[in-house]
Amino acid sequence: MSSPAVEHHHSEDQGHVVSLGLLAGVWLALLVLTVVTVGAIYVNLGKLNLWLAMIIATIKALLVAVYFMHLRWDRPFNAYILVGSLIFVLLFIGFVMMDTAAYLPEIDFKDTLHP
Amino acid sequence: MNQHEAHGSEHPSFLAHHFATPRQQFEAGKLGMWLFLSTEILLFSGLFCAYAVYRANHPEIFVYAHHFLDSTLGAINTVVLICSSFTMAWAVRSAQLGQKKRLCVLLAFTILCGFGFMGIKFIEYRHKWHAGLLPGKHYNPQAHEGDHAPVSGHADEAEHQPTTTAARHPVESAAVEPEHQAATTPASTPASSTASEEHTLQVPPTIGPAGLAAPVTTTADVHAEESTDEKVKNVQIFFSIYFAMTGLHGLHVLAGMSVIGWVLWRSMRGEFGPLYYTPVDLAGLYWHLVDLIWIYLFPLLYLIH
Amino acid sequence: MSTTGVHPGSALPDSRESNYLTHKSGLGSWMMTLDHKRIGVMYLISILVAFLLGGIFAMLVRTEHLTPKETIMSADTYNQVFTLHGAVMIFLVIIPGIPAAMGNFVLPIMLGAKDVAFPRLNLCSYYLYVVGTVMALASIALGAVDTGWTFYTPYSTTTNTAVIWMVMGAFVLGFSSIFTGLNFIVTIHRLRPPGMTWFRMPLFLWALYATAIIQLLATPVLGITVVLLAVEKAFHIGIFDPQLGGDPVLFQHFFWFYSHPAVYIMILPAMGVISELISVFSHKHIFGYKFIAYSSVAIAILGFLVWGHHMFTSGQSSLANMIFSALTFSVSIPSAIKVFNWLATMFKGSISLETPMCYALSFIFIFGIGGLTGLFLGTLATDIHLHDTYFVVAHFHYVMFGTMIAFVGALHYWWPKMTGRMYSEFWGRIACALIFLGMNITFFTQFVMGSHGMPRRYFNYIEQFASYHQLSTVGAFIQGIGFIVVAIYLAHSLFRGRRAPANPWGGNSLEWHCSSPPPHDNFAVTPTVGDCYDYSGWQYDAQIGGYIPRPVGAEH
Repeated sequence: MSSPAVEHHHSEDQGHVVSLGLLAGVWLALLVLTVVTVGAIYVNLGKLNLWLAMIIATIKALLVAVYFMHLRWDRPFNAYILVGSLIFVLLFIGFVMMDTAAYLPEIDFKDTLHP
Repeated sequence: MNQHEAHGSEHPSFLAHHFATPRQQFEAGKLGMWLFLSTEILLFSGLFCAYAVYRANHPEIFVYAHHFLDSTLGAINTVVLICSSFTMAWAVRSAQLGQKKRLCVLLAFTILCGFGFMGIKFIEYRHKWHAGLLPGKHYNPQAHEGDHAPVSGHADEAEHQPTTTAARHPVESAAVEPEHQAATTPASTPASSTASEEHTLQVPPTIGPAGLAAPVTTTADVHAEESTDEKVKNVQIFFSIYFAMTGLHGLHVLAGMSVIGWVLWRSMRGEFGPLYYTPVDLAGLYWHLVDLIWIYLFPLLYLIH
Repeated sequence: MSTTGVHPGSALPDSRESNYLTHKSGLGSWMMTLDHKRIGVMYLISILVAFLLGGIFAMLVRTEHLTPKETIMSADTYNQVFTLHGAVMIFLVIIPGIPAAMGNFVLPIMLGAKDVAFPRLNLCSYYLYVVGTVMALASIALGAVDTGWTFYTPYSTTTNTAVIWMVMGAFVLGFSSIFTGLNFIVTIHRLRPPGMTWFRMPLFLWALYATAIIQLLATPVLGITVVLLAVEKAFHIGIFDPQLGGDPVLFQHFFWFYSHPAVYIMILPAMGVISELISVFSHKHIFGYKFIAYSSVAIAILGFLVWGHHMFTSGQSSLANMIFSALTFSVSIPSAIKVFNWLATMFKGSISLETPMCYALSFIFIFGIGGLTGLFLGTLATDIHLHDTYFVVAHFHYVMFGTMIAFVGALHYWWPKMTGRMYSEFWGRIACALIFLGMNITFFTQFVMGSHGMPRRYFNYIEQFASYHQLSTVGAFIQGIGFIVVAIYLAHSLFRGRRAPANPWGGNSLEWHCSSPPPHDNFAVTPTVGDCYDYSGWQYDAQIGGYIPRPVGAEH
């Protein structure tokens, strides 16, 4: 549709066959990143720890989606679906969190009253 | 296109009547699967949203309660799922290349990983069940302290006897008028705001696992004998979310295992080959999504700093 | 471009011996059918039964309000009846109404495809609808639900009524809706025949496509919401229970993230139908095709950004209130674009007031009022006054009843195609007038009542409101009579109706190119596609009471 690579693979009935080496490489990368995820909690970054964990998870998720789920060789529209649904998830959580955040000062204020 | 039509004119048995070519059918199936996966993502998004709201409101609950989860088992399960994803992706490759025997072995191994995951999950759940680390009303972590009655009976008792651990949380926030709460604030604000002072005062400033077994130093008469999980209120919320998220995920693992089992059965009958492997591919996509969700669940639930 | 579309000789001849109705016979051939047309008809029958049920509940509610105190039922029964009216009408009638019944029947034909992409999934989705309906209705016998159709916590988790059955029914119905939407999107993407480009698709298909986007992205959130609600009620896990540290406002966020887009699931297909009807019965090319097409998608997407306007008085933060209020107004832009284009289409058209067109005109009027009164509710300051009054009820019904009007219009439009029979045009117009009149009497009164402060969902009311309520009830009865008339003449037409020509209205989308009723495979040869809003290729033939292809070379 858009990239020549995609066009190329459309012309075969077989679809794209991913090489075993690439699959194994992704697998190893995922295992390494899992170790990194676990290791990351021993580094104290304060609030950034959560974001670090999410970034690593997102890298892992991308590896799975792009290689294991063949998105790299697929029609781009399938990737748009994935990205689109994630945008709606972010909208959903974002709006709710915006509402929640408005009450956070109140909660913190009350908690500071504790002896 | 012409090439496809030439191919499609044979109209192989797997090709449905309303499709012109196998390629068209394959792409339709794949698009359908991706659309279904997007609905799965939105289905889970509700739970992620609840997680985000409660964690933003009360990080202390999450920091405190996640120590009850065994992060080693969680990490092992992550590795198990990643391995199963790898074998699944490999299985798709084998199907494309027409390696029937290897396809069957890889699918069987993937299912085996599924069983391994569910087995470890079962061990974790059983431990929490015995420890009384259950969602909502059933939260009753007496097993950690050893000075309370066993789990059984507590749940029923809790409804009527406000003095048991399980029922204490409800009593505290019951002081709040429900309408007021519903109308004005999210979640547990009332527990810390409108609840009567003697209750709020007994929450010690230090929170966390260090004080798991230490008695609470509090002047409040009612709860003098209560133990430390008092330090952090509404811990049950964490377990509600934990069980909801891992439970729903577990159901998806089971569903994925069943689907792969069906694909395995068809593979053994030799239905798949380079020209037709759509079900293997689609089952694989589903399985990878299940893996993908776990990739987020693991750090969010087990690894809280 | 080929201006006349196509008139394949193979499709037009009378092939009544073998159409989709007579292709196979026996109950089994219907129950296990994979034919999208038969599934559409089965949906239609089920939905009409549900509509009858929901209508009876509505009549009971209105009858109860004839007097300020108890008229025919106790307060508890009243709560259950209005809940059932809402739940049945929304989950069982309006949401599946146009997409599942009409869409299933005409979408593949309009597209020029032989079937939807996944026929077995389609049948599965019908049976999910049946199962969900049975579960939802089982709640009547198991202790009818009295929460209102919104199932707000904490009441829904503490009441003793059969909330679990109702919400799990909604869960199953949700999956039925998801699978229908999924099928439509894949069909439109992958089964368009050569020549059917995106911008040659009839606007009804654009509307169904936009609807399907919402069905896919919003419905799963309803799924998780009702599952959490059921689990909450059964096991008290406390996610929505303030006594256990949970957040009841979170439930409202969850619920409205689905249920606001859901009103666009309801209205978008109706708008699609109207786009078809207005153009066909004005015998004029649709005005602003691309604007209507894009505005459908815009409504679908904007519809996700406004759910908070249901929660202005729920204690939502003022920042969120302001943002949601502003976004709410933005939805009026694509809606107004559509209305403008419909009016511009009719301008200088040669309008024929056949029954479907009467419904289309009613829709524009009713939707206009429904849309404009929405502005009052989207404004923060006025909403505080109007929230939870009959003003909201009236606004909601003006929009949702608009959908039903479009549904009935679509039914009349495609009835000849579905059944192969013509109904009585005279009674059709009479019934339309009755429904239109009754509808306005019922609900316009409620605007007045609501702005004077009559709260919704109340069992009793003060004397001051008696005359409004009685007028509203009279209107409801007029509507009821209107629908009974429709039922009678449509049923009559099935047995005594004139045989329908292939193209009774002069439409040019592909369903009018195949015979009435269509053959089993829709098209003998994959049709080539022209401009579906170009009517110059058809001329009226009084002998068959329908349109026939204009002889080639004849001047317009």
